[in-house]
Amino acid sequence: MPAPLVAARGLTKKFGDFTAVDHIDFEIQPGEVYGFLGPNGAGKSSTMRMIGATSPIDAGELTVFGLDPREQGRQIRARLGVVPQEDQLDGELPVHDNLYIYGRYFDLKRSEILPRIDELLEFAQLEEKRKAKVEMLSGGMKRRLTIARALINQPELVILDEPTTGLDPQARHILWDRLYRLKQEGVTLIITTHYMDEAEQLCDRLCVMDRGRIVAEGTPRQLIEEHSHREVLEMRFPVGAQADVLPRLAGVAPRQEELADRVLLYVDDADAAMGEVSRRGLVPEATVVRRSTLEDVFLRLTGRTLVD
Amino acid sequence: MATPIPLRFMEAQARNYRRIWRASAFSNFLNPVLYLTAMGIGLGTLVDAGGNTAAFGGLAYLEWLAPGLLAATGFLSGAGEGAFPVMAGTKWLKTWHSVLNTPVGPSDITAGVLLWISVRLLMVCGIYGVVLLLFGIGTPGGVALAVLPSAYAGLAVAAPMAAFAANLEDDTGLSTMFRFGVVPMFLFSGTFFPISQFPEWIQPAAWLTPLWHGVELARGMSLGMETVFPMWLSFGYLTLWLAVGAWLADLAIRARLVT
Repeated sequence: MPAPLVAARGLTKKFGDFTAVDHIDFEIQPGEVYGFLGPNGAGKSSTMRMIGATSPIDAGELTVFGLDPREQGRQIRARLGVVPQEDQLDGELPVHDNLYIYGRYFDLKRSEILPRIDELLEFAQLEEKRKAKVEMLSGGMKRRLTIARALINQPELVILDEPTTGLDPQARHILWDRLYRLKQEGVTLIITTHYMDEAEQLCDRLCVMDRGRIVAEGTPRQLIEEHSHREVLEMRFPVGAQADVLPRLAGVAPRQEELADRVLLYVDDADAAMGEVSRRGLVPEATVVRRSTLEDVFLRLTGRTLVD
Repeated sequence: MATPIPLRFMEAQARNYRRIWRASAFSNFLNPVLYLTAMGIGLGTLVDAGGNTAAFGGLAYLEWLAPGLLAATGFLSGAGEGAFPVMAGTKWLKTWHSVLNTPVGPSDITAGVLLWISVRLLMVCGIYGVVLLLFGIGTPGGVALAVLPSAYAGLAVAAPMAAFAANLEDDTGLSTMFRFGVVPMFLFSGTFFPISQFPEWIQPAAWLTPLWHGVELARGMSLGMETVFPMWLSFGYLTLWLAVGAWLADLAIRARLVT
């Protein structure tokens, strides 16, 4: 097995009395897409910023490219691409200048940057916006520009902190497609997200983070198999009726979750469960049968939903 | 050879400036034209008619005023150039946060921004000097000797101003600082009239201001006027402001950006 690109042991970040990241361990291999899945405030961004060598580490060990962020932050950052949660672009400058100036921070020569900008504008599908002021771009375009900016130094590792938060579905799909392309080129990606579909689509491996800790780790498939049942039967009952129905569902499914507006039954065979429900004389207003997702894993592990 | 990292950040500031350089250079030119017309020709003729030239070292008011105005311009520009880029970089646009994801670190940002401010102050004061010559005031050599200490006085105030701006949570503190700190200093540091007009006991208060030392140096170097303190002492005092200011700015910018 090759040496991991990023390795953490007991990694900890504190803000005063608050422990944002609480002794976490993980290893990320070259070429993989690794996800941190968790709700807001789980400690994902703090972890990203420590990997990015911009945030001091309070305890534990971390290596990135085998280097120590405490001592060799500059060398790490020179080989890294970072897509922060907020775009932090210069809205008053044109698209091209945002990329050029960023490239100069890496001391790239003019003759290196100019062809690189052409490639990146093509990659980000922003060729026609080259001279446009950044503040005139849509949210999705700004996000793609931020990704292009992170790639200016041809990084081996790219960190993306919530790359699609706030984007409409179409813009998200365009972005996912671009990230696939990067993966195919062999770039290692670390992604944080609170969207389980994003994590399932993109990540080879991921960990579930909650309150500063990693509560589970594996491939999306493994996590679902280990922490959930194959199928989910979602039932919605008339307003106010759900509380009365609950006792009568006892024993139908090995696991049952009650949300504010619906009941989830975790089962291996949803059709059989549906039959049992109607045999008991219960008539839901609406029923959905679906496969288990990471959302269900998260609910199981933390007792909470990902997006409130 | 690798470009020193603070210079990379300075270059970015310069590229940013290219976007506004025409408007900026024009206002740097217009400002002294307006001041010299109003103060020198309008006010100056009245002052000179009063016949009290001894207070101005025997010079016409406009000739005496010019180096002081130059120093005051350096000072005002330094206050603005120190505050606004820091506000924009750390609070308004937050672009400095993304800079930290590159090899550039917080101290490189502080050093780079102060280097760029030095260049800007030399530009502003240099343009002012050219306008003086166009008005027929002074000689090229004399004006050049006033430009340098004026820009230096600007830098000496820009550094602590950058620290102050980095420490602010929002913009309100900035207008307070300009209203109660910068503007009174501009008015009472011997630019428009000698501080000997004040009662003797209050005059040492002016000695504490960096602008007063800038004005003394500008007049001393360009007009050969006698200064209250030896000129090296005034330079030293400005250097103290610059050094302490740069140190505080480095701490404040780091605290603002690194969490």
